[in-house]
Amino acid sequence: MIFVEKINKSFGEENVLKDVSVTFEEGKTNLIIGASGSGKTVLLKAIAGLHGIDSGRILYDDIVFSALNEQARKVIHKQTGMLFQGAALFDFATVEENVRFPLDFFTGWTAAEKRERVAYCLNRVNLYGVEDKYPSELSGGMQKRVGIARAIVMNPKYLFCDEPNSGLDPQTAILIDRLISDITHEFHMTAIINTHDMNSVMAIGEKVVFIYKGEKAWEGPPGDIFQTGNKELNDFVFASEMAKMLQQVRS
Amino acid sequence: MIRNLLLQTGQYVLLMKRVFRKPEKWSIFWKQYIAETEKLGLSSVSLIGIISLAIGAVLVIQTSYNIENPFIPKMYVGYMVRESMILEFSCTMVALILAGKVGSNISSEIGTMRLTEQIDAMEMMGINSANYLILPKIAAACVFNPVLMLFSFMVGIIGGWLIVALTGMITLSQYTTGLRFAFNGFYVVYAISKMVVFSFIMVSVAASYGYKPKDSSLEVGRASTRSIVASCLLILIADLMLTQLLLN
Repeated sequence: MIFVEKINKSFGEENVLKDVSVTFEEGKTNLIIGASGSGKTVLLKAIAGLHGIDSGRILYDDIVFSALNEQARKVIHKQTGMLFQGAALFDFATVEENVRFPLDFFTGWTAAEKRERVAYCLNRVNLYGVEDKYPSELSGGMQKRVGIARAIVMNPKYLFCDEPNSGLDPQTAILIDRLISDITHEFHMTAIINTHDMNSVMAIGEKVVFIYKGEKAWEGPPGDIFQTGNKELNDFVFASEMAKMLQQVRS
Repeated sequence: MIRNLLLQTGQYVLLMKRVFRKPEKWSIFWKQYIAETEKLGLSSVSLIGIISLAIGAVLVIQTSYNIENPFIPKMYVGYMVRESMILEFSCTMVALILAGKVGSNISSEIGTMRLTEQIDAMEMMGINSANYLILPKIAAACVFNPVLMLFSFMVGIIGGWLIVALTGMITLSQYTTGLRFAFNGFYVVYAISKMVVFSFIMVSVAASYGYKPKDSSLEVGRASTRSIVASCLLILIADLMLTQLLLN
């Protein structure tokens, strides 16, 4: 579990996060949704430790992560996997080297053991025969899958995904969503996924947190999202033409 | 402006504090070190060689042209080439050339990695990205650039020898006598010391500009340009200070 308690974050004069408190549950896909610029990426990066916070606390289970120094945070980071919006694969390394990267640093495994683990992770994300390719030789969807394989290679307890299906076609987006959901349940991880895609929310969301102008405006299961009475959330959910038509049909 | 300077200095010091930590694994460090030596040092050999050859030749022509007084022996041409190459050209000029070539490479490489979140990805794995990316570059440059400097010195002397042989403006015997005249071995130590300091400046400054958070590819380009300007200025300041300290 990850607990966020009254965190605030500003960049200069601009308050990006305001008193945000939320609990992310273990073994579930927790989704952070919100419009572009609402602060959801800053929230995810603050939880991951990539952005410092001005006040409040972030707890990983019973460890106060936000109070840890750099060395102590490394211990938590070794139990964390993250999929970035652009996959963030290392340009200088092949697919195999990318996935093997944390293993090289933090395990004393033999080359054969590492190769076996890399092959397992790549197969788990349905990638075969791409070990020797460079990221630039892969499609966007394949890069995301390599990113997921790299995120799970150390068997993490926590998984963070920043807009995992942005820039992908609808079919590939569904595949990536399913993959993240399956892996979360299979490895019983605490997964936090940042998205503004309502398809993802309905397909894999188990807990949804809506961020509006840096504040938590709503949280709950995805099934309740259509009956909240929250104007900002309704505007966000029913922003697309298709959603508006569905709303008309429902009403 | 002063606030900005202090802020940048503080960020630089904090970054260096992260850079100079014990590497997570020495085997990975050595692998990176070899790769960086190839990338930052060996790839510059031909450029430095061509420039040094030309400068050595030009120094011979200019010095010979300026020694018109018959009471000044012509062997001073060789002496001047040696002293100019070892004292200033092979270390300071080569360092300024490398600050442009290598500095922009480092700054844009790290800047692009920052922009595309590759550095964040390393941090998320629990890897000290500053140590992993920058320390091998600094080590490679500080060890290999003095070798490059000695290479430049030798090639400059050869450049002078070639022009002497081709034009006959002085005799080869006068040139070689000048090269051997009043040789001070400390000048080599002085030049190597300067090159080590300059190498540290050019790599660390370029890396610090690249490492700063960025929002667009334009900032990567800007950081690259700024890093070259800053490292050239710092190299010249360090040159003045080291010359005063070591030669007086």
